[in-house]
Amino acid sequence: MKPAPFDYYCPRSLDEALALLAQYGDEAKVLAGGQSLVPAMNMRLARPGVIVDVNRLPEAAVIERCDGSLRVGMLARQADLERMPVALDAVPLLAQALPHVGHWQTRNRGTVCGSLAHADPSAELPLAIVVLDGAIEARSSARGTRWIAAGQFFESYFQTALQNDEIVVGASFPARREGWGYAFEEFAGRHGDFAIVAVACAVALEPNGVASEVRLGLGGVADKPHLAPLTAYCGRVLSQRDLPEIANAAVADIEPPSDLRGSARYRRALATNLAQRALTRALASARTACDGLAQ
Amino acid sequence: MSYCSKDGRTTISLEVDGKRVKAAVSPRLLLSDFLRGPCAAKGVHVGCEHGVCGACTVRVDGQAVRACLMLAIQTDGSRVETVKVLGIADAMHPLQERFQARHALQCGFCTPGILISAQTYLREHPAPTRRDIEELLSGHLCRCTGYTPIVDAILDAAELERR
Amino acid sequence: MEASRASETATVLPLTAPNPARRTWVGAATLRAEDPALLTGEGRFIDDLSPFPSEHHAAILRSPYAHARITRLDVKPALALEGVTAVITGADVSAACKPFPVGIETRPVFYPCAIDRVRYMGEPVAVVVAEDRYIAEDALELIDVGYDPLAPVVEIEDALHADSLPLHEAVGSNVVHDRSFAYGDVDGAFANAEEFVEAKFVFPKYASTPIETYGVIAHYQRAADTYVVHANFHGPFILHSLMAQALQIPSNRLRIVVPPDIGGSYGIKSAVYPYIVLIALASKIAGVPVRWIEDRIEHLCASSSSTDRVTWARAAVLKDGTILGLHLDQVDNTGAYVRAPEPACLYRMHGTVTGAYRIPAVAIRNRLVSTNKLPTGLNRGYGGQEQYFTLERLVALVAKRLGLDVIEVVRRNLLRKEEFPYHAPAGSVYDSGDYHAALEHALELADYPALMAGRESARAEGRLVGIGIGCIVEPSGSNMGYISIALPKDLRDRSLPKSGCTEAATIAIDPLGAVTVRLSTTPQGQGHRTVAAQIVAQELGLEPKQVEVLAELDTQTSAWSIASGSYSSRFAPVAAVAIRNAARKVAYKLKAIAAHQFGVAFEDVDLVEGAARSADGTHVTSLKRIAGAAHWNPSSLPDGMEPGIYETAYYSIGLLRPPDDDDRVDSSAVYGFVVDLALVEVDSRTGRVDVKQYVTVHDSGTVLNPMIVDGQIRGGFAHGLGGALFEEIAYDENGTLRSGTLADYPIPTASELPTIVIGHVDVPSPFTPLGAKGVGEGNAMSVPVVIANAVADALGANEVRLPLVPHRVWEMLQPNAVEAR
Repeated sequence: MKPAPFDYYCPRSLDEALALLAQYGDEAKVLAGGQSLVPAMNMRLARPGVIVDVNRLPEAAVIERCDGSLRVGMLARQADLERMPVALDAVPLLAQALPHVGHWQTRNRGTVCGSLAHADPSAELPLAIVVLDGAIEARSSARGTRWIAAGQFFESYFQTALQNDEIVVGASFPARREGWGYAFEEFAGRHGDFAIVAVACAVALEPNGVASEVRLGLGGVADKPHLAPLTAYCGRVLSQRDLPEIANAAVADIEPPSDLRGSARYRRALATNLAQRALTRALASARTACDGLAQ
Repeated sequence: MSYCSKDGRTTISLEVDGKRVKAAVSPRLLLSDFLRGPCAAKGVHVGCEHGVCGACTVRVDGQAVRACLMLAIQTDGSRVETVKVLGIADAMHPLQERFQARHALQCGFCTPGILISAQTYLREHPAPTRRDIEELLSGHLCRCTGYTPIVDAILDAAELERR
Repeated sequence: MEASRASETATVLPLTAPNPARRTWVGAATLRAEDPALLTGEGRFIDDLSPFPSEHHAAILRSPYAHARITRLDVKPALALEGVTAVITGADVSAACKPFPVGIETRPVFYPCAIDRVRYMGEPVAVVVAEDRYIAEDALELIDVGYDPLAPVVEIEDALHADSLPLHEAVGSNVVHDRSFAYGDVDGAFANAEEFVEAKFVFPKYASTPIETYGVIAHYQRAADTYVVHANFHGPFILHSLMAQALQIPSNRLRIVVPPDIGGSYGIKSAVYPYIVLIALASKIAGVPVRWIEDRIEHLCASSSSTDRVTWARAAVLKDGTILGLHLDQVDNTGAYVRAPEPACLYRMHGTVTGAYRIPAVAIRNRLVSTNKLPTGLNRGYGGQEQYFTLERLVALVAKRLGLDVIEVVRRNLLRKEEFPYHAPAGSVYDSGDYHAALEHALELADYPALMAGRESARAEGRLVGIGIGCIVEPSGSNMGYISIALPKDLRDRSLPKSGCTEAATIAIDPLGAVTVRLSTTPQGQGHRTVAAQIVAQELGLEPKQVEVLAELDTQTSAWSIASGSYSSRFAPVAAVAIRNAARKVAYKLKAIAAHQFGVAFEDVDLVEGAARSADGTHVTSLKRIAGAAHWNPSSLPDGMEPGIYETAYYSIGLLRPPDDDDRVDSSAVYGFVVDLALVEVDSRTGRVDVKQYVTVHDSGTVLNPMIVDGQIRGGFAHGLGGALFEEIAYDENGTLRSGTLADYPIPTASELPTIVIGHVDVPSPFTPLGAKGVGEGNAMSVPVVIANAVADALGANEVRLPLVPHRVWEMLQPNAVEAR
């Protein structure tokens, strides 16, 4: 298991990197953390002719809070976030999702943006950013910067809206807002495996207890993170009794795959169950947040 | 910008287990093969080459990572540490001593990677719970021990270090 | 629940007359001699060695198809790549090689490489030898192969079908072996039965999956016409004979060297031997030394695995739970070929087929089928997990049918200690045991009444909680004769009879008095060096750290025999005795020299604390001096004594004979015992099985090193739990492998494995001088069925299929259940 040959570039500036992508297009692959790309190369399932190693780009590992968001630079490792209490506190959903991402040893190297760009439909971080309604910053030398809403970024299995001359330079995760509660639930075969089904949930409560927003996303049930249409449940006071119905609604239009890890109906049942758990926890944490406001 | 063609080699210099190393490498040479070959760091074991088993885990610039998922060329200027930095046979590191005392290794093939992971993890988390260590070890496969003695040994070592 | 050594009933037999000054090392939890090197990165595994200068590297082209004819094979583009030395194909292999001998009458042809047809996904098609592995893999992509796909045969019951396409045309059927046996009055048993319990049992294919893969470094030395091969091969060394026959050379021209460290095997590395032949040939054809280190993808698709088995079983029972007789119709799937030592999986447990119970009559039909799956072989527990899955599920079903507590059924049938030595109907002679005491100890450790009460209260809350039990006989030290029972008596009689479990050890003392032991047990982590040092130190009055033990094996310079190696848990009952006997030969010589020097009687000399001492204490001379006399001053030795100190002992348990005319065979040297109790809870929402409590009580005879014994138990448990809940080598209906990476072949990690409680009721074996029984495989045999029993109990299910992965368990809970593949 050795990679096929490739030309190797290690740019020292983003402009250099973008110029390489513009030049080589499809032939080139960006190497960041490498925790998904290098295994695929070792198995020769991926055989890029050109590797653009972005690990030496200056200041690309920045993690900062700005304008109500947590901005994560392209080289920020997953474990960098885990080591930043401020960041975890800012985006509680990320704090809950990160321990499920691979293993500590792979999170030390794997990047947040790389996981988004890789777009595995079972991966945790794409699911989290979709539910939070975050955005991905893409840049190319020809067209400069554009922000892609997370909901538009993921297109299918390992497919994103990214053009082949573009690179993900950062991602923006909306920070915790007043009255919001968050929950992440996952079921996997073993600790650290890709999810069979994962659920991320964010609920916003008005001080009067009315749910102003109910966002719930499912991973592992489609070719990309699936955001359930739950607007019908907004503007209502939600009680524990409503949650089974919401969970059922959340999975109503999914058509999960059948494979080695489970049948479609198993995934649907898991999704319903995890959705209910996530709703319960998100609602509880939103209530706590509201109580905090009230005091 | 540095560049190396697929047929070419680039000279890298780095520190491996405290020694300066300078070598010409082709771009596709995996760090695991570079360490075992030119660097003769045979304590880096290769078990899967797709990042699952954890046997090749080494420390690169202070972080425990999979050597099979890095290219040697990426480590130019880096400090790489393998199991050799822990201790030697007659002056073992507390982790090594506790592994022996707890019978936390049998064939010993997965052991060097686990030792590097554990040593690095304990620096950040000096007072781990049992559950923490089990989660840390979920990044390593061992087929001999059933893991219980490994968890015990790491918890012992953490306690010894705290004293 | 903290792991604990819950009970210590092990007793250590005194080896020689008690002597207060002699330290008793055997039975002590001596720290391992292996560990300092392994902990500091100084292990010497196969890929760490560079035995030959200017070696080249091999990569193997493997079939992407399960079943196909090779219509075209063009290696020229690969040969043209810079850095490529040679490409070896099936044509080269069939020209240079004979097929491997096969131990069944239909003899399906097996070469180390496909010749004109591929029969499983991953089968070798060509070998590239190149300057490095990277280039060799590049060259694989340049080989042009044409395949004409054939209809795949995947499942056992497909292969039983008369119209399945035979994998081996010359055999003409995918049923390649079919033998029936009957022991005791089977008809009488079934005529007298008050109830019959009948069921079909399906056992999956899974594997040992060591973290180190196969490795072979071969050098054909032209002038000597000799192959020197280093490989992490651990025997049985009867396979050396097969390799030499395949290579068509005198066996002294195949020199196999096994490195001191092997990165785990649990049986699977015995199947590296076809690759030894293949890479040896590659070295000859390429004219250079060749290194091949298997990668993980190769390992998962093309190394080896356990057999999958389907059994139709029927038990004749009385209403009180007494089992009168069994009918077993067993079909094993050895995959695409019958690679030796197969069909041993069907026969390793043959003499032991009635397990721990007093079942006087049993009829067995054994069939073997070929399918387009990876060939099978040794895998921790080998044959035991398949056998006990049937037997122990059957016992649970008997209890359920009769409305009895399973413990009551077990107690009624479990052998009593006064019945030992027990002659099982199919031929095994169980040496010793107190199964009832072990069972009671397990019940006590698990607090069985509380366990039952807890289950009832949990059930009252609607929770799915179940208890599983298993009582298994753990055979160790295989009788080399048992495999020949696969052949009918008339065919058996045409070849020479085989028997025994021979092992050897050599001990030398050098001119300065230092002791070196040389093993031929090829350990893979079991601590043989440590235990050997304990035994030798005890015999020679030394400390273990003064005894250097070499684990390297070299077939040209080590003492070995056909049974040598590491498998069937044979170190404790067999190899340890060879080591002890070699030490006794050395001790005899040392004492004789000392008696001569002291002018006292031989009986009045003892070896203590590094010295020979006369009984009255007037003479004390260091061992160094005594041994030195044999080197430095032979003229001082007693008349007729050879100079030097270099002793080899061979040992086999004399009771082991070839199969008798009635097809009875004592398939193993000694028989341990394991009783397991498990409490599980199934999460009805996810199907996850949570092992809440697991107690395992062992009879491992005399314990040589309790730390190592418990380590073996934990390891066996981990493999058993992998097979029970996680692991399967899965194929789709086309024979395409679905578990081809470690992401898809889920080995449990620290987060998945529960802590277990270990107990001991050890009864020394009278059949082996040290009294020790093997211990490494028992839980690999017991855990799959014990977990299955517990889950069946939790779900109220009769049929349980392993592995009990969450989605399969969840599907079982659905009202309109469909079987999850």
